Amino acid sequence: MEWRQSTIRPEPDRGGCLAAGGWLASGFQCEHGRPMSASPAQPSDGTVRQPPLDTRYLVETPEGIDLVLHPAGLVPRALAFAVDLMVRGLILLLAFLLLGQFGELGMGLASLTFFLVTWWYMVLFEVLNQGRSPGKQLLGLQVLHDDGTPVGWAASLTRNLLRVVDLLPFGYSLGILSCLAHPAFKRLGDLAAGTLVVYRERAQPRPSLPEVAAQPLPFALQADERRALLAFAERQAGLSTGRRRELAGILAGPLQVPEAQAEARLLGIARELMGPS
Amino acid sequence: MKQNAFERRHQAEWQAFARQLDALEHGKAGPDSRQFPAAYRRLCRQLALAEQRGYGSRLVEQLQQLALRGHRQFYRHRSHLGARCIGFLLGGFPRLVREEWRLVLAASLLFYASLFGMGLLVYLFPELVYSLLTPEQVAQMEAMYDPDVSRLGRFGERSSAADWMMFGYYVMHNFGIAFQTFASGLLFGLGSLFFLLVNGLSIGAVAGHLSGIGYTDTFWPFVIGHGAFELTAITFSGAAGLKLGWALFAPGRLTRGEALRQAAACSVRLVAGVLLLLLVAAFVEAYWSSMTLPGAPLKYAVGVLFWGLVAAYFLLAGRTRHAPD
Repeated sequence: MEWRQSTIRPEPDRGGCLAAGGWLASGFQCEHGRPMSASPAQPSDGTVRQPPLDTRYLVETPEGIDLVLHPAGLVPRALAFAVDLMVRGLILLLAFLLLGQFGELGMGLASLTFFLVTWWYMVLFEVLNQGRSPGKQLLGLQVLHDDGTPVGWAASLTRNLLRVVDLLPFGYSLGILSCLAHPAFKRLGDLAAGTLVVYRERAQPRPSLPEVAAQPLPFALQADERRALLAFAERQAGLSTGRRRELAGILAGPLQVPEAQAEARLLGIARELMGPS
Repeated sequence: MKQNAFERRHQAEWQAFARQLDALEHGKAGPDSRQFPAAYRRLCRQLALAEQRGYGSRLVEQLQQLALRGHRQFYRHRSHLGARCIGFLLGGFPRLVREEWRLVLAASLLFYASLFGMGLLVYLFPELVYSLLTPEQVAQMEAMYDPDVSRLGRFGERSSAADWMMFGYYVMHNFGIAFQTFASGLLFGLGSLFFLLVNGLSIGAVAGHLSGIGYTDTFWPFVIGHGAFELTAITFSGAAGLKLGWALFAPGRLTRGEALRQAAACSVRLVAGVLLLLLVAAFVEAYWSSMTLPGAPLKYAVGVLFWGLVAAYFLLAGRTRHAPD
């Protein structure tokens, strides 16, 4: 979790509680979602989307929602490539052992196999297996078009043919540099093909809110403040006691409770926000 | 509406949607697939509502994941690959080549100029061949086209059963060169220029040398047939690479990234055409060019026919966009 103290901005016109609420919210924003705007000129009512602070990649769809993609960085992609390299080596080894016994016909078939495995292994898997070569599947990665749709023949062929350039001048140097420099970790082939390697979405376990009695809201809350409170309640099981107290203590002033009771009060308010279950 | 009430109201719907997605992701259109677009739009609306009302991130993330999977199914680029291939073969490919005639011309000029220039130079000054090829390579070439052997090409003295081996070898070798020529165009076109030049020079050197030492009757009938497809394919892959380089060099009114993406979408189609040409070339090279049974005149005639076919295809095919009534 990333705490950005620099985003605290005292706001005389809206009172200290909002500033503190924004502060709590901004603490969660790296994982939770949209960066909070605390400037009075742009009220953060939850509808104004700003570029995220982390590496999440937003794709706006015709339905008026944002798809949230998580581009994969250099290390998982390199690992996936290493796995694919081993799989390919294994296929070739088996093919040569098997076809080597058929003389010249076998030699021809072996060269064809070599050609297929060298140039088409990635393309075939990516197009026919929902953007996943075996290595990517193992590491939970997937290739998509920039607009979030599954990768097609043209884009997959482009990104895999241009892999030759990423390999230059030695050991994937250009690809690594491009991957490290790009906000969505694209290598040159991805840039040209308009593709993106992302983590596949995983089902999140349902967090359990602590069983406390609901408490009424002390004052009306903005959408982002509600989100921050709920995020605190959903994640409190993963935080240490001291950390929870410290986080909740920030809001002790606006809530007008002693610091020791702030946590219970916050959880109670979160209960109220969720409504009767 | 409180979050729990919202979830209770829509939970069943979301579960049904997830089941539908599971079916679609496994390639099965479930019985309720007709309702899928409507269900997807409803889900998007619910996601927007959940975000606007400031519901907890766990619920919002769950809906986002469903929306992402729905989007992937709904906007999948589904097309009839076979129909598209046939359309590309009948009209799309020649049209594309004519559209990119400047780059094709530039690549062809570079390639053929270096080929014929080097060929002429080596023919006139035979020792020049050793500036490009090692003596072993020259000796190997000479052995391949020795007029005394009955089957030509690499691994000269082979049986017809070995045609398969040759086919595999030619596919691997030629596709490698073509792909390299294309991909290295990403380096501002320099790579494509380099490979066009080097291939032109070395083919020219071999041709000039073999003509110089009087192997004309074996070399030229051998190469003229598949050369129509192979050399054309190499110039086209060079043109595709130059297109990438040109987009980076002079992106026009687009950003370089956008220009590169558009150029790549176009040039990858050119490369798909190159694949077809090379496949034909490999067949011709393995099964027709290597035969010595047909005499040289017949081979020249067929070679000219192939060149004429290739020229006619790229100049004339696909001129009418619609099928005639």
